[in-house]
Amino acid sequence: MTTKRSAAGLAGLARSAPWLFSFVGALVIFAVTLAANNWSGAGQIITAALSFGAFYAIVGIGQMFVITTGPGNIDLSVPATIALAGAIAMTTMGGSDAMILPGLAAAIAAGFLIGSFNYLLIWLLRIPPIIATLSSSFIVQSLAIVYGRGLRIAPPPFLAEIATGRVLGVPILAIVTILLAVVMAVVLHRSVYGRSVTAIGQNINAADLAGVRVGTMRFATYALSACFAAFCGVMLAAFSGGASLNMGEEYLLASIAVVVIGGTSVAGGFSNVSGIWGAALFLYLLITMLNTLGVGAGLRQIFTGVIIVAVITLAGGRKKGRG
Amino acid sequence: MPRTILDPKILRSLVPALSFAVLLGAIFYVQPRTMSYFGLNLMLNLALPIAFATIAQMFILTVNDLDLSIGSFVSLVACITATWLNEAPLLGVVALLGCIAAYAALGALIHLRNLPSIVVTLGMSFVWSGCAILLLPSPGGSAPDWLSGLVKFRMPFIPFSILASLILGLIVHFALMRSATGAVLRGSGGNPQAVERAGWSLLKTKVTMYALAGFFGVMSGMILVGTTTSADANIALRYTLFSIAGVILGGGEFTGGRVSPIGAILGALTLALVGSLLSFLRISPEWQIGAQGIILIVVLALRSLVNRLEERQA
Repeated sequence: MTTKRSAAGLAGLARSAPWLFSFVGALVIFAVTLAANNWSGAGQIITAALSFGAFYAIVGIGQMFVITTGPGNIDLSVPATIALAGAIAMTTMGGSDAMILPGLAAAIAAGFLIGSFNYLLIWLLRIPPIIATLSSSFIVQSLAIVYGRGLRIAPPPFLAEIATGRVLGVPILAIVTILLAVVMAVVLHRSVYGRSVTAIGQNINAADLAGVRVGTMRFATYALSACFAAFCGVMLAAFSGGASLNMGEEYLLASIAVVVIGGTSVAGGFSNVSGIWGAALFLYLLITMLNTLGVGAGLRQIFTGVIIVAVITLAGGRKKGRG
Repeated sequence: MPRTILDPKILRSLVPALSFAVLLGAIFYVQPRTMSYFGLNLMLNLALPIAFATIAQMFILTVNDLDLSIGSFVSLVACITATWLNEAPLLGVVALLGCIAAYAALGALIHLRNLPSIVVTLGMSFVWSGCAILLLPSPGGSAPDWLSGLVKFRMPFIPFSILASLILGLIVHFALMRSATGAVLRGSGGNPQAVERAGWSLLKTKVTMYALAGFFGVMSGMILVGTTTSADANIALRYTLFSIAGVILGGGEFTGGRVSPIGAILGALTLALVGSLLSFLRISPEWQIGAQGIILIVVLALRSLVNRLEERQA
């Protein structure tokens, strides 16, 4: 009886505050890590989690808007975009502080073009977004390889300072990303664009009949996701002392994982931004915990995978629409 | 209306075969020496495991799911084949059967809890990779003799890879497209409600399709090791994207249970041959993956054209 009631309570909580679970999970893992570490080094762990979590959060927010527009909508071109944008930014900047803004603009513009190309394929060829972003990511990947060949240009000092520096112990990049998350949460829940994206995800035909400009909104969503991936690429290159071709690799899985663990429905039409931060911290702390416990690379991957599957199994498949 | 060559249905099924023929023709034209037993064998040897992985992916796509873990799964199978199956055959066989059972269990989990396959298989890709790393931390191992003997077997007149692809395509075609069971399996992707109302268990069809995908994934990994004679944990990661692209190239639709086994194999071979053509044209291998993307887009554009033709006729 009590278990039934608490299960119902949990389900209710999952509906009213889906972001809560990722933060609770992050806290639990954080506590275990600290215990294994003899209750020391808490500050260091939090700082590292905030820095690395920020990268997950940036790509996660873009991916979330795409996933919100409904089943089958996933941007697979994130890793290729990260690699190309990072290379473009580092080349344009050429290590000079004065060129930071032009370099950033060039990278974001490249992201915008990639996103536009993605939607052009979806719209013109009427193909599922997964296939469209997959095909374009092949091309972008080749461009990144050719463009970034043997290139290892150090980031401008000021940009590197932003990517790695701290204010009062808090990473600057984390502050920027938290602000970004707040802005995007307002966009998602309060702006015409955000409401339209949610409406499209719940029922694209109903949204169309209700006067939502479906095409424009979907175009904006794919462009937005690619721009966020491009921004992540620039900051990642600045963080790690230069762009590399495979620096985007892990972000395909990570971007989807943080969205889902954060409580956004994969069926679309139901999402939140704050859960992404919780999930980003969760993912990074999980890796830290397994490292602290002395778990090897193989077991670490197995645990990560099992936990992703367990989270989605517990969260359950939400039926499409309001149900 | 007479069934002419312009009939969209025929056109659509011709697109994969035509793109394969055009590509093969271009390769023969650029490098006539490939038009031989050894040339074809060399070009297509590494395509055979991709064809098997593509068939595995096709089973998942038939029931409206997507498998983002097939590449890491094939890698794990390759690691098991190059270690356990070689040193302790019994343990190896049990492990490989366990892999297929795990796939069937995933199908059941996805169906019972109504989970998004993309996320579940994404998580599983970590699990497969982790197991592969545990088993074979650094590249190595060796293929069982009987396996490399089988894959390297020199058939008279026709290369093994071509014959194997042909047989694979025909078997899966007749089992899935021509049999009564196959119709039910495809129907559970096309209209699940109707299949369920008609008295078939959707759970059973999903488990069957996932088990079949696991089986062909295992075949893919074993053949891969037979060809390369050793394995590593990342050996087949690119198969995930290749297999999805192959099914789509071969005329498969993303939803609705509309797939084509023969087309899927042609799609996989086409993608594999792109690399050969580029190297014969002396284009740097850096453009290889980009060229595969362009071919994918061109074929999809052709198909979209055919579909519009069909709409206009209707």
